[in-house]
Amino acid sequence: MALLLSFTLFFSSAVLSKGIYQTVPEFLEEVFSPEEPQQAFLWLTPELKETASKILNHTVRGLRVRYWQSGEKTAWIMEEIGKELPITIGVVVNQGRIDQLKILAFRESRGGEVRYPAFTAQYQDVKITPNNKLDAHIDGITGATLSVRAVTKVATLALHYHQQVNPEQLTQTPHKENKELVTTSP
Amino acid sequence: MHKKLLAAVVGLNVAAAAQAAPSLEEMWDLVQKQQAEITQLKSQLKDTEQRVSETEVKTEATFAAVEEVTAGPVAKLADWADKTTIGGYGEMHYNNLTSDDSSKSKDEFDLHRFVVFFGHQFNEDLRFFSELEVEHNVAGEGKNGEVEVEQAFIEWDYAENHRAKAGVFLMPVGIINETHEPETFYGVERNPVEKNIIPATWWEGGAMFSGEIAEGFSYDAGVHSGLFIDPTASKSNIRDGRQKVSKAKGDDLAYTARIKYTGMPGLELAATVQHQTDVWQGESFAGEEEADATLWELHGVYNNGPFGVRALYAQWDIDDVIENVKAGADEQEGFYIEPSYRLTEKLGIFARYSEWDNQAGDSSDTEKQQYDLGFNYWLDDHVVLKADYMREDSETGDELRGFNLGVGWSF
Repeated sequence: MALLLSFTLFFSSAVLSKGIYQTVPEFLEEVFSPEEPQQAFLWLTPELKETASKILNHTVRGLRVRYWQSGEKTAWIMEEIGKELPITIGVVVNQGRIDQLKILAFRESRGGEVRYPAFTAQYQDVKITPNNKLDAHIDGITGATLSVRAVTKVATLALHYHQQVNPEQLTQTPHKENKELVTTSP
Repeated sequence: MHKKLLAAVVGLNVAAAAQAAPSLEEMWDLVQKQQAEITQLKSQLKDTEQRVSETEVKTEATFAAVEEVTAGPVAKLADWADKTTIGGYGEMHYNNLTSDDSSKSKDEFDLHRFVVFFGHQFNEDLRFFSELEVEHNVAGEGKNGEVEVEQAFIEWDYAENHRAKAGVFLMPVGIINETHEPETFYGVERNPVEKNIIPATWWEGGAMFSGEIAEGFSYDAGVHSGLFIDPTASKSNIRDGRQKVSKAKGDDLAYTARIKYTGMPGLELAATVQHQTDVWQGESFAGEEEADATLWELHGVYNNGPFGVRALYAQWDIDDVIENVKAGADEQEGFYIEPSYRLTEKLGIFARYSEWDNQAGDSSDTEKQQYDLGFNYWLDDHVVLKADYMREDSETGDELRGFNLGVGWSF
């Protein structure tokens, strides 16, 4: 038992702020620096809400979505529940493809592996098909299926929203058989 | 000259004054018009005052409603609901199995599991989680089923990426012991190796520390109630030892440690060791008073695109004294390998080979093998239809073969 306590005390020494890996201003600075992005809002029309709700597989509420833009690059900060608590996800889209995806906050006690670059790097350069599906396969994490699904849904929605504010960047991917986006377990 | 000019100017002014001054009648008209305007303005003012008054009432009512929503009982209920989660899973099976030993044959429908999760987040760092399960639908004296609380614990995040829990929790061992919602594994029934060797589903009461020590590396370490393989009741299989935290004998504790790697997408590698200080929990048998036991378990899961594979090996090394109950029971071990392939987003096929022996400690042929072949069809991420063919062989010649159908869900 003493061994157990010393084991846990050893690991508890490195205390950081819980669950928050990067603040929104820090993320925007990292993404747009030295440029100053413009904050804007995408209004959620009934049609857009319906599509967004299909992508997230639950009802989308609210009137508008905040985003930041500089040139053709947009940044979207969204929250989606994995199992029980919201994951804060930053998605940067450029030319209709994901430039960067980052987990800014992860609050659940399991599934935090989605924040590692080895996982998030899979979303780099991914775009959406006309069916609003990602055009690349995302390998999942065993035991973190719900977190992986949440991240994938937000990535898809960010790409869709980007298309609404940059309609000229609609991807020209030919309609094809829907690929499975997330490797679930099994 | 000057007098003539003056007279002319005065004359002009008088004429102009005579022309500008209204007559008495015109004055009366003017007064009446102004009176009408005043009356109209008063009426408008009255309307405005009435509207202002109505607006105040409405505003007050709106404030009251907003207050009720944001600070009243509704808000408190919403706040509580925000922090409280409900979930669950279930699986209904149809087994059509034939055995050389007719008593083992099955042709039956079974609501195998119906499970409800309840959780509550007390604050950012402290939460409760529970799992209440009804097995085989009807529980009670003389019935087939059981009502079990498989999980009921308080979990505390005591440091960034580190947490501790106390209560009743699932053992951190194997692939399906902790994650066993039906849509997460292939096969109608859970694999026989984890069932008979680990033994899943396995929960104990105690304390467990968990967390991450490096990118992709996590640990669990804990102390908890142990197994009780009652020698006086001729019990020897490790699965017989589950006390299910129901007035569980606590004479001798057990210790568990696991290290797991999930740093690469699609890959999980894990190893668990557990030491039971005495699986006889103070009972004595054949002059022996103690039987310690150690479990070693290794597994790997790999998914890459549509391809997936699971492999697991588990071994119990039990004190030789258990051989006084049953020969060869001092070693109980097994392994399985399960390749799978997702043909489409919704359809996946699998094959599984399992081998296990609950009396591996001697030379007699007590080993069992099972072959499974089947598919899962996901109607949704959380709803699955399953079908498989299985054949179980044993060295003694008993064979169980046939097919299973199932539907499962979780939310």
